[in-house]
Amino acid sequence: MPDWMTDLSVWLRVGEILLGAMLILLPLLAVVAYYTYAERKVVGFMQMRLGPSRVGPRGLFQPIADVLKLLTKEVVLPAQANRGLFLLAPLAALVPALGAWAVVPFDDGLWLANIDAGLLYVLALTSLGAYGIIIAGWASNSKYALLGAMRQAAQVVSYEIAMGFALVGVLMLSGSLNLAAIVQAQSGGILDWFFLPLLPLLLVYLVSGVAETNRLPFDVVEGESELVAGFHVEYSGSAFAVFFLAEYSAMILISALTAILFFGGWLSPFEGTQLAQAIPVLDSGIHWWLLKTAFFMFCFLWFRATFPRYRYDQIMRLGWKVFIPVTLIWIFVLGAARYAGYTG
Amino acid sequence: MAFQTLLFYLFGTVLLAAATAAVTLRNMVHAALSLILSFFTAAMLWMLLEAEFLSILLVLVYIGAVLVLFLFVVMMVERHTPTIHRRRNYRIVASAVAAVMVAELGMALLAPDFSPIAQPLPAPLEYSNTKALGSVLYTDYALAFEAAAVALLVAIVGAIALTLRVRPDHHRQNPARQSRVRKQDRLRLTDGRSEPPC
Repeated sequence: MPDWMTDLSVWLRVGEILLGAMLILLPLLAVVAYYTYAERKVVGFMQMRLGPSRVGPRGLFQPIADVLKLLTKEVVLPAQANRGLFLLAPLAALVPALGAWAVVPFDDGLWLANIDAGLLYVLALTSLGAYGIIIAGWASNSKYALLGAMRQAAQVVSYEIAMGFALVGVLMLSGSLNLAAIVQAQSGGILDWFFLPLLPLLLVYLVSGVAETNRLPFDVVEGESELVAGFHVEYSGSAFAVFFLAEYSAMILISALTAILFFGGWLSPFEGTQLAQAIPVLDSGIHWWLLKTAFFMFCFLWFRATFPRYRYDQIMRLGWKVFIPVTLIWIFVLGAARYAGYTG
Repeated sequence: MAFQTLLFYLFGTVLLAAATAAVTLRNMVHAALSLILSFFTAAMLWMLLEAEFLSILLVLVYIGAVLVLFLFVVMMVERHTPTIHRRRNYRIVASAVAAVMVAELGMALLAPDFSPIAQPLPAPLEYSNTKALGSVLYTDYALAFEAAAVALLVAIVGAIALTLRVRPDHHRQNPARQSRVRKQDRLRLTDGRSEPPC
């Protein structure tokens, strides 16, 4: 027997990692469940409706009822579908959306993995999320699903470029690919966060994030008016629930990353002032990260209630002809500023 | 057996199986998905070699973008297209390419300075693969790097020039003009009575 198998410290470390993953994933699942509730409530109020109000006080048990409903429904396999790929597709969508959380720093020292190329890792995993949808579209053997998958492939590849370029700006200011180091590079108070010097890139990143997760107004992938439900027409029950879970965890991930990359992560806006020293709650901590993430999660819902769906050619035009030139110019401006001695 | 060795053989087996499937499967989408799996396991092997930057970049660029478009094209093709496989001259060309690659690999493996140690010495904790690669790429190999960039630019321009079809009857929208339109340019209020046809 190899000696690493009998080494207790190896197994302790494995247990530690599994426990950490559980501590991230279980709250994440709960947040996804109540994010759907918040979505229906927020959009409801924005449209002068009440939203869910029947199950439990103020409809608070609605997500639990929804989960139970989805889990007890039958997963229908279309007769001509490619069975193996049809069932693999939801998992292929979910695994990258959850896996990216491994490197997210929640607070100073509070993370599962602190890898050197964390930003690249997150970018790589979010780009893998496209496969779930593409495989689903092809394996369903439905023209609507296939058309949705085609749109998704083109859209994700286009916006990934703009997203990657937007992150190059973050790299240039922080000088690191490590997410915790990026947050630490923003310390010093609200004016030292990256959202001010990188304002154009922040906008590009946020909008590209909405496009990458196929949320409104970029949801042509499942546009009801022309594609019924797009890539998940043929999915029902728990298979559909897994797609849902993947989409919402990807939205939360984009919100969390926006908070970390541009708004100082766990850092307090009052950092270093006397106010923060007098009142401990105002000092840096995980609650600031949660607050910022919640704000961007709210923005996703806000966009949904505000903007009409983009036409497909408008999406492509925005990605290629507006966002990519904007990011390229800003990278050049940043490079010139760094050369002139600006350090962020 | 060390854990890394175990992982190496695991990834190696998966890589060989996936690569074989990619060239033998008749269903083109299945073949493309096998190719994705083989790229992914190759990235994991690079990770074992502590080349984490290149490894993640392989996933990001090849799996995340290039193969998405690959799959995009393959899915457009009809499901059952066995005609491509039956033509013999493809086999001859493919065998020739394979023979050249085997010969090149053999030369590399038999070279006197090739060391069969698969595992590099562990790097110090503060060593950053990304930084090391960047500093070499932009100093020692800056010229080669720029040349590669220019070659890619030429490829982009060429691809666009080949596929761009200018049609004189093509109506296109000008978003700048669309958003400059004002109410008084388009809207005319009448008093509500029907007008005689003009």
